Amino acid sequence: MAKLGDLASLIRSKNAGPFVLTFDIMFDEPEVYRRVKRSGALGAEVVAGLYDVPAEDVRFFFCDNALAIKASIPRPVIQGDLGDADGHGGQQFAPLIDIEIE
Amino acid sequence: MSQGITDELRIVAPTGVMGSGFLESSFAEALDREPHFIGCDAGSTDPGPASLGAGTTAFPRASIKRDLRLMLIGARRLGVPLLIGSAGTAGGDAHLAHVRAIVEEIAGEEGLSFTLALIHAEQDKDYLKEKLRQGRIKPLKPAPEFDEAVIDRAERIVGMMGAEPFLAALDAGAEVVLAGRASDTAIFAGIPVREGFDPGLSWHAAKLLECGAACVQRRKTPDCIMAVLRQDHFDVMPLDPELRCTPQSVAAHSLYENADPFLITESSGTLDMTSAQYAAIDDRSVRVTGSGFRPAPVYTVKLEGAEKVGYQSITIGSIRDPYMIRQIDDWTGRLHERVRDRVMDVLGGELDEGDYRFDVRIYGKDGTMGGLEPVSEIRAHELCLVFEVTAPSQELANDISAIVRHQALHLPIPEWSGLITGVAFPYNPAHLERGLVYRFSVNHVVEPDDAHEMFPMEIVDVG
Repeated sequence: MAKLGDLASLIRSKNAGPFVLTFDIMFDEPEVYRRVKRSGALGAEVVAGLYDVPAEDVRFFFCDNALAIKASIPRPVIQGDLGDADGHGGQQFAPLIDIEIE
Repeated sequence: MSQGITDELRIVAPTGVMGSGFLESSFAEALDREPHFIGCDAGSTDPGPASLGAGTTAFPRASIKRDLRLMLIGARRLGVPLLIGSAGTAGGDAHLAHVRAIVEEIAGEEGLSFTLALIHAEQDKDYLKEKLRQGRIKPLKPAPEFDEAVIDRAERIVGMMGAEPFLAALDAGAEVVLAGRASDTAIFAGIPVREGFDPGLSWHAAKLLECGAACVQRRKTPDCIMAVLRQDHFDVMPLDPELRCTPQSVAAHSLYENADPFLITESSGTLDMTSAQYAAIDDRSVRVTGSGFRPAPVYTVKLEGAEKVGYQSITIGSIRDPYMIRQIDDWTGRLHERVRDRVMDVLGGELDEGDYRFDVRIYGKDGTMGGLEPVSEIRAHELCLVFEVTAPSQELANDISAIVRHQALHLPIPEWSGLITGVAFPYNPAHLERGLVYRFSVNHVVEPDDAHEMFPMEIVDVG
């Protein structure tokens, strides 16, 4: 077992416009990317659980040629609105770091 | 400019956002390679709703002028078009006027003369209401409620132009095009598509160009990028010899700030990168093939709008008392009650409870993620609190902040008897005026009659 944070070269979150938050999980080595993809530890349901959104609102992608996994969700609070704490959405990825990968 | 570019079309983007900078040496190298045109994105929603709401820019005037000066001198020396989209961050009329003044100032200082096109993107409210009544404004997902009241309340609504207005400006003789809010990619895609290059490759190259050197393996600072389009592929490469594009870095760029890494919706259709192939042609350049573009059945223009939320005043404080830290939720709950009662006592004649909002952000607990924070245990020995008041006027926001300060300062906890002073305030006065704050209020598209009706153009002789 390993933590996703130890396997990925970059885990990041960012606005995709003011209304959508997107997560990128990127890898340097094809075999590490394939291991994470094969493990089944990541999917729309996992993201939905961590970010408290319905699974049908999660857009989830494996990007083989970029060695990357991506998920997008409706922003918990619209960018810049009252209650938003992260204008660029850049610090919302931390819960992904601890996902255990076989 | 149709002569001589049947084989290949060379495009340079000096940087990802005008005002963020680029190396002069990289831009000089780009000019040596004789680009057919220079394009630069100058805006984004990423800085937040204040630019659109208040009519201000996210970058300092001096940094916009520095980048613009180099671009104008370079483009005029080569005699090639310079296309700028989303002038002044949000691309409204105030932003366009701000950057226009900088263009004219530079032209005067450098002795440049050229034909300038100004393309407006700020939308007329009556036009939008008419489109709404016709059922030709549609929500994107997710979208806030949208009706005539939203249009009326909006401080400013801009439309995101496609490639067509840029081409119309060039047809009208413009040598420099300064556009209001525009699709980042539309700045770069119009010319190659019209010159007969494959639309999929053209829009994909544009997608990479609009972010400058963001598609390199390890970007040091914002910098230039170049794309060379040919019949069945395009090549993308950085100009700084220390930067490298790799197949993975170029493929990965399609993820950045996009909800979908394969499909990108534009006014006139959808860029499809699902089947794109990326291959290294040397250790710094990547060849891209296989991108597609599906024309849209209906032409759409995305709207962005911002409205006033209110006036804000914030107070920063900290707590070091471990007894307070361990009951911080209870403490803030009681603080909310105290503040509500005191505000109604003192200001009840001027406002109702629903007219203002009081929030406490607790850094060291869940300040960054709020309710989504999975860590429930506080591991810090001190907490930073931001007390935030939003009210109908600055005076009321300040008054309520003064009440918050005093209530927070002496709110008792059971562990201590006697009067306590429970919060450390680093500033005096303790509150900071934030002025007017805005929110994004629109995430919709319009179906216009044509690609131009929302984007009136002026042609101006400069110098």
